[in-house]
Amino acid sequence: MTSIYSRRALFRSAIAALLVGGLVSGALVLANMAETEPTGGIGGPFELTSHRGEAVSDRSLRGRPYLAFFGFTHCPDICPTTLFELTDLMKELGPQADAFNALLISVDPERDTQNLLSLYMEAFDPRIIAVRGTRKQTDQALSAFRATAKRVDTEGGSYTMDHTAGIFLMDADGRFQGMLDMHEPRETRLKKLRNLAEVGGA
Amino acid sequence: MKRLFTPVLMFTLSLAAGPAAFAHDYSAGDLQIDHPWSRATPMVAPVAGGYLKITNTGAESDTFLGGSSPIAKAVEVHESTLQDGVARMRPLTAGVTIKPGETVELAPGATHLMFIKPTKVFKEGEKVEATLRFEKAGEIKVEFAVQGMGAKQPAENEDHQGHGATP
Repeated sequence: MTSIYSRRALFRSAIAALLVGGLVSGALVLANMAETEPTGGIGGPFELTSHRGEAVSDRSLRGRPYLAFFGFTHCPDICPTTLFELTDLMKELGPQADAFNALLISVDPERDTQNLLSLYMEAFDPRIIAVRGTRKQTDQALSAFRATAKRVDTEGGSYTMDHTAGIFLMDADGRFQGMLDMHEPRETRLKKLRNLAEVGGA
Repeated sequence: MKRLFTPVLMFTLSLAAGPAAFAHDYSAGDLQIDHPWSRATPMVAPVAGGYLKITNTGAESDTFLGGSSPIAKAVEVHESTLQDGVARMRPLTAGVTIKPGETVELAPGATHLMFIKPTKVFKEGEKVEATLRFEKAGEIKVEFAVQGMGAKQPAENEDHQGHGATP
């Protein structure tokens, strides 16, 4: 038989359990956020030059959402594929894709000269801009996006670049909104890009 | 019996079958080579990919070592990986081993051939000549069918390549 006192105690401990549980789950959510967001802190300063010779920086991009991804022309696979698929998605969005900027940031400025990039980019949607800088400026851009790129020497004096592959979605204030993954279903990618165009979010 | 076929003989046979082989398959010794294909490249692209399927119908392993092409400085076997959000590519200098009974597919985003410094732009609908080199089966001349820039698999298996068309 349960006394009034013990019922109260039970009630109190239930409340306490709820509170503790809430705190614990809250803490878990926070911990989880910290864990699943290695991309935190994205959106620092960078200064680069487009394949058309225009200066492009985090400041010049303000006022309009944008997407950015890293790549290089000596990459036969993921880079042209990303560019092609982006071209395809932007074609489907039509004028809606005018609402955001799209940047390919070269991780290989030594080989990706402005001239090479300007010829290379002719194969893709003209709204996509390839940008490059000095090694230092490139490193600064990588750091702004918490991205990595590493030169790996191969036989015969050549080299390749390991690099972060996803597409960063940034709002009109240069704040990170999320990633676009080319492995996601087409509808998901279109939705993210529409969202970026409409509200500047992902 | 098959073992008696020398690479040279198979090479000659494949050449004879070449123009008529609409199915776009080749063989070298005990190896079946299925539909070599590539993708259109942007102007001035310093590299282009090459993809194909190789089936070993024999009793011994063979190794695919890459090859050569009259329109590229080199043709190498490379491997692309995507791990923890980082894309990597490495030449497989030791080649790719094809065990007896095994089919190895070289495909976008995985192990692939890389045409290095192509001297011409790969245009959709065109063919690119190359000679493939195997450790045991020797060399075989093939043509890579150039598909669209965003093609993900050979056209024979996929005739509805997305070009922005809504389903």
